Amino acid sequence: MIEVRDLTKRYGDKLAVDHLSFTVEPSRVTGFLGPNGAGKSTTMRLILGLDRPQEGTATIDGKRYDQLARPLTAVGALLEAKAMHSGRSAYNHLLFLAQSQGLPRRRVDEVLALVGLTPVAHKRTGGYSLGMSQRVGIAAAMLGNPPALLLDEPVNGLDPEGIRWVRNLMKQLAAEGRTVFVSSHLMNEMAITADHLIVIGKGKLIADCPTHEFIERSSERSVLVRSPQADALSGLITAEGGVVTAQRTDGAGPDGLRVTGLAAPRIGEIAAAGGIVLHELTPQLASLEEAFMELTADSVEYGVPATPQAPGATPAAAAEPEPSAAKGGDR
Amino acid sequence: MTATSPAAPPYQEPAARPVPGRAGFGNLLASEWTKIRSVRSTVWSLILLVVLTIGFTALFTWLSVYNWDKTDPAQRAQVAADPVGTILGAGFYLGQLTICVLGVLVISAEYTTGVIRASLMAVPRRYPMFVAKAVVFAALVFVIGECVAFLSFFIGKPILASHVPVSLGDPGAARAVVGAGLYLTVLALFAMAIGALIRHTAGAITAVIGFVLVLAPLAQLIPGKIGKYVHAYLPSEAGQLVARQHQQADQVLSAWQGFGVFCLWTVVLLALAIYLLQRRDA
Repeated sequence: MIEVRDLTKRYGDKLAVDHLSFTVEPSRVTGFLGPNGAGKSTTMRLILGLDRPQEGTATIDGKRYDQLARPLTAVGALLEAKAMHSGRSAYNHLLFLAQSQGLPRRRVDEVLALVGLTPVAHKRTGGYSLGMSQRVGIAAAMLGNPPALLLDEPVNGLDPEGIRWVRNLMKQLAAEGRTVFVSSHLMNEMAITADHLIVIGKGKLIADCPTHEFIERSSERSVLVRSPQADALSGLITAEGGVVTAQRTDGAGPDGLRVTGLAAPRIGEIAAAGGIVLHELTPQLASLEEAFMELTADSVEYGVPATPQAPGATPAAAAEPEPSAAKGGDR
Repeated sequence: MTATSPAAPPYQEPAARPVPGRAGFGNLLASEWTKIRSVRSTVWSLILLVVLTIGFTALFTWLSVYNWDKTDPAQRAQVAADPVGTILGAGFYLGQLTICVLGVLVISAEYTTGVIRASLMAVPRRYPMFVAKAVVFAALVFVIGECVAFLSFFIGKPILASHVPVSLGDPGAARAVVGAGLYLTVLALFAMAIGALIRHTAGAITAVIGFVLVLAPLAQLIPGKIGKYVHAYLPSEAGQLVARQHQQADQVLSAWQGFGVFCLWTVVLLALAIYLLQRRDA
C-alpha cells in the first residue's frame, strides 16, 4: 500500500505538487492520470525518495522510501526507459542492481526471461529500441519480486503487442495481490487497464474513484438541440429540470443548445407542448478522452492558452522564493 | 535486432515479502565493481594510462640521456639529485590526465545517463553507494597505478644507468616509486569528487584539468612569498612531491606533508560531494 499525505513540492517558485493526498491499495491496478506537466512524474519521484518534498509524506507500507531496508524488494519502479548507460549490457545493468540488494545472479536471468530479452541480454543497451529499453526497465522493477510497483508511462514507445503484454502483466501482478501504480496521460489506455483512477492536474487531486464510476460520470449523455426559438426553449427545459449550455456552431444555422439531465424524447415532448420548432435533436455520447480533457481543461500546464492565467497565480510559492534546486527539503 | 515478445507474461510467482535487514557494504562493493568493469570507458582509460605513461617514460628518459652532452650542468645536477623523478616525471605528467577523465566519468556518467536514479533507488540512503564507489575505484587505480609506477621505474632505470645509476635501495627511491601510484590513487578520488559536485562531464573534466595543469603555472606568476606558498599548497603540486626522490632546498613542504595536503583537499571535496548528494534532488 502506498500512502501520500499532503505532499508538496516546489521547484523554485513553481508549484509542481500541491498538497496531494491519496492512497494506492493492493490487489488492483491504480491508474495515475493527468495531462503532461500535471506532476505525475514528480509525485513518483517523491514517493521513491529521489526528490525531497517541502511538505508532507509518502510511505510504502508505512515506511518512508529511505527507511526501506532492501528497497527493490519492497517497491519496483520504472521511471525513464532510457536511463541506462548506453555502453553497458542489460545483463550488467540488472546485475549491479541485484548485487546492491544482495539478490542472487539467478534473479537477473529470471527477470530477463520474464521480459523476453534473454537473447540480447549481453548486448550494449545503446543499440536497443525504446520498446526494448522499456522491457529492461520493467525487468529492473521486477528484480526484487516486490509487492508494490510504480510504473511511469510504461507503454510509451511500445508496439501494440508490447502494449498488450504490459497491460496483461500489470493485471496479473495486481491479481497476485500486489500494489500496481501506473501513470499515463492517455485516458483510453487507463480505461482498459486500471481498476481505480487517481486524476491530478497542476499538482492537485481532481478525482480519486473506481474507473467504472469515472467512466459513468464522464460519459453523461447530453442532447444537442437546435431551434430558431432557442431562448424560449431554454426556459422550458430549465423549468423541467434540464441543464442548458449554449453551443456555438460557426454560423451554420441557429446556435445549438447542449442539454443534460433530460433525454431526447422528453425534450421533443416539451418542445411540442410549447409549440416550438426544432431543427435538430441529437443525443450525444461524450468520449472518455473528451471527458478527461474537459475535466482537466483548467489544469493543462502546456496548452493553448484558452484562459490566460494571471501572473503570480500561486501566491504561496511567490511568497516563499527558493533560490536554487540545490537547496532541498528536510531529510 | 529485435526481442522476442511473449504474448502473455510467463510469470507465475506469488508476491514476495521484502527481505529483512539491509544489504551489507560488501554487496555495494560488488555492485560498484560491476558498474565500473562493465563500461568501456574504464577499460580504455586504464589501457591509455599504461601505454601513455610507460611510452613517455621510455621516450623522455632516453631523450635526457641522448641529449646529455648538450644539457647544462645545473640540469644534470637536478637529474642526478632526483633520478626517480626524472624517470617517472614525463610519463606520469601525461598519464595522469586519463585518471582525471576516468575519475570524473565514474560518477558524472551516472548523471548524464540517468543511471544515478536507479543507483539511488537501490541505495536510498545514498552515501553508502558513493563510499562504495570511491573504495572500489580507488582500489582499482591503486593496483594499476603501482604496477605502472614500478614498470616505469624498471624501464627507465637501465636507460638512465649509463649516466645516473639508481636503485630502489637508494634513499627516497622506493618511496618515490610507491608515491607515484599513491598520487594517482588520490588524484582519482579528487577527480571523482569534482565530478560528483559538478555532475556534468565536460564541465567537471575542465575543472579537474584546470586544477592539475593550469592553476600551477598561474600561481607561479604571483610575485613573492605568497605566490610560492599558494603554488606549494595547490592539490596536484603538493601531491606530486611524494613521487620525487629528494627534497629540493627551497621546498615549502616535505614529500609526506605535500601528500597530506593533497589528501586533505580530496577529503574536503569528497565530504562536500557527499553532503550535496544527500541534499540535492537526483
